Amino acid sequence: MPESDNKQRQVHRMSDGLLLSMRGINKTFPGVRALSNVDFSLRGGEIHALMGENGAGKSTLIKVLTGVYGLESGEIRMDSIGHPIVNRSPQEAQANGISTVYQEVNLCPNLTVAENLFIGRQPKKCGLIDWKTINQKSANILKNLDISAEPKKPLGDCSLAIQQMIAIARAVDMQCRVLILDEPTSSLDDEEVAKLFTLMKKLRDEGVGIIFVTHFLEQVYEVCDRITVLRNGELVGEYEIETLPRVKLVAKMLGKDFDDLADIKSGRQGSEKPAERVIEARGLTHAGTIKPFNLTINKGEVIGLTGLLGSGRSELVRTIYGADRPTGGTLKVKGKAVTITKPLDAMKNGMAYLPEDRKKDGIISDLSVKENIILALQAKRGLFHLMSRKEMDEAADRFIDLLEIKTPDREKPVGSLSGGNQQKVILGRWLLTNPDYLILDEPTRGIDIGTKMEIQKLVLKMADEGKTITFISSEIDEMLRTCSHIAVLRDGKMVGELTGEELTQAYIMQTIAGNHPGKAAVETADEEGGANV
Amino acid sequence: MNTKTGLDWKKLAHSRFLMPIVCLLLVLLVNVIQTPNFFAISINNGVLYGYLIDIINRASELVILAVGMTLVTAASGGQDISVGAVMAVAAGICCQILSGGAVSTNQLMAPMFIAILAALAASALCGAFNGFLVSVLGIQPMVATLILFTAGRGIAQLVTKGQITYVRVDSYKVMGGYIDACLIPTPVFIAIGVVIVVNLILKKTALGLYIESVGINGSASRMVGLNSTRIKFLAYVILGLLSGVAGVVASSRIYSADANNIGLNLEMDAILAVALGGNSLGGGKFNLMGSVIGAYTIQALTTTLYAMKVSADQLPVYKAIVVIIIVVLQSPTFQKKVRTIRHGKAVAVNAG
Repeated sequence: MPESDNKQRQVHRMSDGLLLSMRGINKTFPGVRALSNVDFSLRGGEIHALMGENGAGKSTLIKVLTGVYGLESGEIRMDSIGHPIVNRSPQEAQANGISTVYQEVNLCPNLTVAENLFIGRQPKKCGLIDWKTINQKSANILKNLDISAEPKKPLGDCSLAIQQMIAIARAVDMQCRVLILDEPTSSLDDEEVAKLFTLMKKLRDEGVGIIFVTHFLEQVYEVCDRITVLRNGELVGEYEIETLPRVKLVAKMLGKDFDDLADIKSGRQGSEKPAERVIEARGLTHAGTIKPFNLTINKGEVIGLTGLLGSGRSELVRTIYGADRPTGGTLKVKGKAVTITKPLDAMKNGMAYLPEDRKKDGIISDLSVKENIILALQAKRGLFHLMSRKEMDEAADRFIDLLEIKTPDREKPVGSLSGGNQQKVILGRWLLTNPDYLILDEPTRGIDIGTKMEIQKLVLKMADEGKTITFISSEIDEMLRTCSHIAVLRDGKMVGELTGEELTQAYIMQTIAGNHPGKAAVETADEEGGANV
Repeated sequence: MNTKTGLDWKKLAHSRFLMPIVCLLLVLLVNVIQTPNFFAISINNGVLYGYLIDIINRASELVILAVGMTLVTAASGGQDISVGAVMAVAAGICCQILSGGAVSTNQLMAPMFIAILAALAASALCGAFNGFLVSVLGIQPMVATLILFTAGRGIAQLVTKGQITYVRVDSYKVMGGYIDACLIPTPVFIAIGVVIVVNLILKKTALGLYIESVGINGSASRMVGLNSTRIKFLAYVILGLLSGVAGVVASSRIYSADANNIGLNLEMDAILAVALGGNSLGGGKFNLMGSVIGAYTIQALTTTLYAMKVSADQLPVYKAIVVIIIVVLQSPTFQKKVRTIRHGKAVAVNAG
């Protein structure tokens, strides 16, 4: 466990201009310590970045603060309230002056801008909704915050950025003093981000305390005053922005595990490159989801697929695997032309697919761990070749051991396991079929950080053993650690394949965004952070 | 050793057989109090005679249907309400072939196995029709099978030309009666035979696992290479076939094909048997023996009420009351309560 930088911790005193102070917050989920003894403080009139990798505990902390999760232990204080507060629901948090605007806007797109601003608290006249006042007040609010939106227009007609700003405006108008912005910029373009930042700065100057959760380092340095870093559910430290350069921030977020993995990978790259082509797709396509693409993957290679949500990452692999029936193009597996129309065809050609949506496409929740593990192999063998009970038990026990699946026994329903262990069960299911080519679509999403590392290491190990792997993740860091090259998709189209020098966070992000910077920009990209606006 | 027996007891207590068996015992218990001679079995006219025998005999068709209904429920998360009508179709075809098209016959006009085979083929075809609607076209099972539920008896009427076809031949009465000097009615053997065969299929092939997997999560099952459509289809064909078997047995009992009455309302009893057996009607994991016990419970209930001199037209009311009680006993909320109480006791016992 990484030790906290105690020197950097601030002493908490409510008189210190602090708006909000959280102390000694703990939160445990079955099998996971999501937060342990975390402190967090927010001043009035500051933008405070909450940083950490996925699974670091950022969203858990936010959810504890806003009453989505109950407070297990610890203390939350607001300067305006004399006693510690406990928010049992987001409504209570709102009443205490804490509002959240999520990545996906929680408003009604079919209602007008004004209706959305006043939904649930409509001014009334003679028991009827006073539309005139609503529209007037809305116009004022929008004007004050410089949001260019028409009150009577349906919200759905506004751009995502405007929708987000309207959500913020609603929060501000409801007397919020602490505004939490959870990944607000992830689906905005540069211009929209700039607008949002202007609004954030305006609110800051009015004394609102803003907690800003984001993945984009460069945005942090653009608007934030202070940074709190979490890792593994623990507080790493709280820093003034000037005292923490980007590289240090990254190191703090990743911890020492970063070096470990970097070592593993560099060792790997030293080994000689095998050239046997396992997958060769030529013009493969599934009408409506993925435009024709060419892709060649060699034996023992880990290729990453990245792009924004909906860019076609999952659709591309689904087409290879036959989960979506290809509508054109050809596919060769180990040099042999094959026709794959359904998953079983792909399985018979040595493929395995760990789907993105574990609940929907992965686990069979009521079946036991054992049944879930043997299912793919059994399906491959066919209806009339039932595996013997002994064979099943052995297979299940083997992978429970190998992958360290935490389950009381193999007969436990897989649905009762934690997310990470469910994911391991599905991995075990596919490893049992001894595939040549594994497709891992977001294998580490929503699972605890320990398991995440284990899975990343396992991926590298499997590649060393000669398995070919396609790795999809929305965390670029994770892909940089595991992949030898990365294909980038945008709007259902493969727009680039990056290798070697190009494999940096900045370059990848710029390729995703559609900017191709020169080599020189790449050299310093690690220092500079993400895509420049 | 100690822990082992402890585990076994625990297994039994948590087994899904527990509630169905408790329900059956409850119904039988009422009889001990109400009808003292309920459990008396005597031999009259060379065959076993008594309420118990009557229950086991009369439940046969229901048991056969319940087996198939369990598979359909598990695989498709829905029920086939056409089974009663399909029974009538099978009975009509069987009798019509045996009678050579006449309204009544005193001798077989065609070999019996051909008639039975044709009846089973027709019923399997009905099952395939239902299966096609549900698995390929994705129609709600209840809606899809509503077609044959309504049309089935009409088809049976067409087959029998609107008459009740009688086959007054002793050899045809065997399936619903007795084999020579055997003490036990034949339907009992047929029902047990069906249960054994289906159990063997589930044990020896991966069908059971496939059905559960598809029923719990069709999308994930597809990803591991299972053909959800085909598995659901197969379940409906099996149920169709079993409906045919039940139809032939029912027709043999009355040595005729009564298109209007054979298997009437039996679909609801079959669905109830599945529910009583502790199976979720939403599909997924299933318990075949539970359904079988459920079927016997329903027949025990009917016979009990008759034994208590409840008239036939009042029967449904009493049946409904008992069904409500049983279903409440099995409801997840109630079971949770029981479990917490039992858990508390177990802790106390362990501590003591």
